[in-house]
Amino acid sequence: MRRPRLLYVPFWATYLFLYAPIAVLVFMSFNSGDSPYSFEGFSLKWYGELAGNAEIRHGLVNTLVVALGATVLATVLGTLLAVGMARHSRSKLLDAVSVLPAVLPDLVLAIGLLVFYGMIKMTLGLHSVLLAHTVFGMAFVAAVVRTRLTHADTSLEEASRDLGAGPVTTFLRITLPQLAPGIAAGALLAFTLSVDEFVIAFFTAAPTEPTLPIVIYSMVRFGVTPEINALATLLLAVSFTVVIVAQRMTRLTESLS
Amino acid sequence: MTRSTVSGAAAASRSRRSRALGRLVFLGPGLTYLIVLLLIPLALVLSYTLFRRGRFGGVVYEATGENFTRLFDPLYLDVILGSLRLATIATVIALLVGYPTAYLIAMLPRKWKTVALVAIVLPFWTNFLVRIYAWIVLLSGPGLVNSTLGELGLGPFEFLYNQGTIVTGLVYSYLPLMVLPLYAAIEKLDPQLREASANLGARPARTFVSVTLPLTLPGVVTGCLFVFVPSFGNFIIPELLGGGRSIMVGNLIRDQFLKARDWPFGSTLALALIAVLVVLLLLQAWSARRA
Amino acid sequence: MSRSRYSRRLPAAALVAGLALAVSACGGEAADTAAPAASASSAQLDPNADLSKQSVTISVWDGYTPKELPQQVKEKLKTELKVTLHDTNETIMGKLTSGTDTGLDVAFVSGQYAQALNEAGLLEPIHPELVPNLANLFPEAKELSYDKGNVFSVPYTWGTTGICYRTDLLKTPPTSWNDLLDPPAEAKKKVTMMTTERWLALPAIKALGYSVNTRSDEEIAKVKEKLLAAKANLLAYDDTTFGERLKKGEAVMVEAWDGWCPAGEKNIDFVVPKEGSDLWVDTMVVLKSSKNKEAAHAFINYILDPQVHGWAASNILYSVPNKAAMDIVDADLKAKTPSLQMTPAQLLQGESIIDLGEDSQKFTRLATEVAAQQ
Repeated sequence: MRRPRLLYVPFWATYLFLYAPIAVLVFMSFNSGDSPYSFEGFSLKWYGELAGNAEIRHGLVNTLVVALGATVLATVLGTLLAVGMARHSRSKLLDAVSVLPAVLPDLVLAIGLLVFYGMIKMTLGLHSVLLAHTVFGMAFVAAVVRTRLTHADTSLEEASRDLGAGPVTTFLRITLPQLAPGIAAGALLAFTLSVDEFVIAFFTAAPTEPTLPIVIYSMVRFGVTPEINALATLLLAVSFTVVIVAQRMTRLTESLS
Repeated sequence: MTRSTVSGAAAASRSRRSRALGRLVFLGPGLTYLIVLLLIPLALVLSYTLFRRGRFGGVVYEATGENFTRLFDPLYLDVILGSLRLATIATVIALLVGYPTAYLIAMLPRKWKTVALVAIVLPFWTNFLVRIYAWIVLLSGPGLVNSTLGELGLGPFEFLYNQGTIVTGLVYSYLPLMVLPLYAAIEKLDPQLREASANLGARPARTFVSVTLPLTLPGVVTGCLFVFVPSFGNFIIPELLGGGRSIMVGNLIRDQFLKARDWPFGSTLALALIAVLVVLLLLQAWSARRA
Repeated sequence: MSRSRYSRRLPAAALVAGLALAVSACGGEAADTAAPAASASSAQLDPNADLSKQSVTISVWDGYTPKELPQQVKEKLKTELKVTLHDTNETIMGKLTSGTDTGLDVAFVSGQYAQALNEAGLLEPIHPELVPNLANLFPEAKELSYDKGNVFSVPYTWGTTGICYRTDLLKTPPTSWNDLLDPPAEAKKKVTMMTTERWLALPAIKALGYSVNTRSDEEIAKVKEKLLAAKANLLAYDDTTFGERLKKGEAVMVEAWDGWCPAGEKNIDFVVPKEGSDLWVDTMVVLKSSKNKEAAHAFINYILDPQVHGWAASNILYSVPNKAAMDIVDADLKAKTPSLQMTPAQLLQGESIIDLGEDSQKFTRLATEVAAQQ
C-alpha cells in the first residue's frame, strides 16, 4: 500500500506536539537549580524533596485506597450488571442508564453527588470519593464485559441450564471463566480512570483527605516547582511500565492461544 | 395427562422463579447503586433548577422560573457561546491534526502500527493536571520557548493566558480521543475501494473526498464528540492556562457551587450543558444511521 | 408491545422520582430549621474535659502555621492535631456550606467569610472562658466590624492590601491604585490583580473613592468599567503566585496582601496607595459540627500564646493582632519588613471588609462580568 509522503509532516508534528512538553518536564526534573525554567546541572535533589513531601505521600496513599476500593466495587457490580443486561433483560432504558456515567460530563456527576451528599448530611471522607468513582468505574466495566459477552459462546450456558444448574451456578462455573479477560480489562480501566480523576474528587473529597490529583492541583495553583516535574516523571515511568507490561502480556496470551 | 400438565406448570413456575432470581441477583445490586448514586443525584440537580437559591447554599423550596430566564442574560449566554466557540475550534484543530495522523498509522506495517498507537495513548495515561502544568513550564514568560526564541534574538512573547493557550491545552489533552476512533474507522476501510477509484482515473484528492471521507464519517463524528464533550465542560484548563482572564461554562458552574453558593442556577447551567450534549449525541446517532 | 415496554419503564421512573422527592423533602426540612438557628444555641462545654481523648482537625492555608505545630500541640495539650490545607477562602467555603460533614473542628477563613458562616448557623460561638489568652489581643482586635466582641471568630493575622512592585523595573514607584489600573508603558501586560471577588474590585473601588462595602449598583457599574479597562493591560488574575511572578520578573507590579509581598527581597517594595485600602483579618472559627469543641478552644487558646502567635509574625511576615506576640518579634526583622511595622491604629485606617448578605451577589456578578469580557 502506498503511503503518501505528505502525510508524514502532520504525523510527526502530532508526536512532537504530544511529547515535547513531557520531554521538557522529564528533563527539568533532573535540574539541580531551583528554577523550573533554566537547567543548571544534573541532580536528583527534587526526587529527594518529593520523597520527603508528606502532603504528596498522603495524597498518593489516598488515591491508591480510593482507586483499589472503587475498582473492586466497580468490577463486581459492573460484571453482574453486564451479565444481567445481556442475559436477563431487554430494557433499552437500562442500557442507557448503565452507560450514562461514562458519557455524562464529570462536572455534572460531581455537582449531583455534592448536592446528594449535602442533602443526606453525609460525613465526607475517602469513602465519599470511592463511592463516586465506583459510579463511572462500573459503567466502564459493564461496557467492556458486555462486549465480551456478546462474543461469548452461549451454548455452554444453555447446556449448563439444561442439566439443571441454577443461574448462579451457571454464572460462576461457565460464564465467569469465559469473561475473565474482559473483567480484567474493565478493572484496569476503572483503576486507571480513578487514579487520574480530579473533578469529582475535588467536589466530593473531605478537605482532610485530598487525593493525589487534588494535591497536584493546589501545587500547580501555588506556582511552578520542580517537585512537580519529578512527580510527573515518576508517574510517567509507572504508566510506561504498565503499558509495556500489558502489551507483553497480551502478546503472550495471544501466542499461547 | 393431568399429571403432565401439573408438572409442566411447576416447571414453568420454577423457571420463572429462577429467571426472577437471576434478575434480582445480576441486575439488583448494580441497578440499586445506579439509582442511589446516579439517578437520584441527577434528579436532584434537575429539580433544583425550579427552586430559589438559599441564602447560604442549598435551596429554598419555592418554585421559580427565574433560573431559566437568567440563562438568557447576555452575560451568561456570552459565556456559553464562548465555550461553544472554544470547544469547536479545539475540535476542528484536533480533527485536522488527527486525521492525517490516524490515516498514516492505519497504513503502517502491523508492528509499527501498535507502537504508533501506544505512543498516541501514552500521554493520556499521565496525570491530566501534570500535562497542563507542562504547558505552563513551556510557555510562560521565562519559560523554554521564550528563552529559545531569546537566543535567536526574538521575543519575549506572552504566550500564556489567552484563548489561544486554552485551545492549545484542550487540543493537547484530548487529541488521543480523536485519533483512536478515526484510526478504527480508517483501518476498516477496504483498500480495494480506493484502488478501484484510482483505477477509474480519480486523483487521490478526489478519491479521498468521494470515497475515504464519507466511509470514515462515523469515526470523524465520534472523534469530534470525544474531543468536544470534555472540552465544552472544562474548567481546569481555562483556569490554569487562561490566567483567570477567560471563563468557560464549566467555570461558571463550578463558581455557582463553590463561590456564589447559588445551587439552583448552577444546576440550571449544568442542565444547559447536558442539553447541548444531548443535541450532539442525537446528531451523532443520526449520522451513524445514515452511514 | 410498546405498551408493555412503557409499563415496565414507568415504575422505575416513578420510583426514582419518588425517592428524589422524599430525599429532598427531608433535606429541606432540616435546612429550614438550621437557618434561623444562627448563634442561638451554644453547646455546653466542659472546662475540665480530658483533652487527650479529643483530637483537633484544622484547615488552614499552606505555610500559615508552623510545620511542628502537631508535635507542639500534642506535647502541650495532649491532643492529636491534624492539619489540612486549603488554597483559598472560596475552596473551603464551598466545602463548609455544602451541607456535608467535613470532619473539621477549626477552620481559618477571612473575616467576611467567618461572618457569612456564622449567619448560616455553621459556627459555634467562642466560649471566652475557655480562651483566657484572648486577653493578649490588642483592644482594637476585639472591635472588628465583621464580628464585634469576637463572638464567633478569633483573629489570627491582619493586614492590608496594596501594590507590590519591582523597584528596578519601574521608572517611578507607584503611589496610586490608578498606577496599577492604568500602568506605565514598561508595566503593560506585566501586572496582576487578585481573583477573589472583593479584592478584585478593591483597586477600582478605592481609585474611585467608594467604600469597599458598597452596595450601590451605580457605583459597582463604574467599578466594572474601570476593571474592564484595566484588563487589557493585565498579565493574569492571580491570588496565589503573584510574589513568585514578581521575583521572576514575569510581573513588575501586582496587587498583593502586605505579608505575601516579598518585600524583603532586593528590588521589591510594597506601598499602600494614597487612596487608602482595606483592613483584612484572617480568623479562626470553631465549627458547630465539631465533636471536639473543648479541644478546639484549647487549640485556639494555644495559638494565642505569645510565643506561638509570634511565630506567625516572624515567619509568614503578617502582623498578628496579639500585643504580647508582636512585642517579641525580632527588631531587625521588623525594621526591614513593612508589613510588620503597621500599628493597629494604622491598620484600622483601612476599611474593614464585611459580608454583604444578599448584596454579595453583586460582587459575584461583577467578577463574572470582568472574567467573561474578552
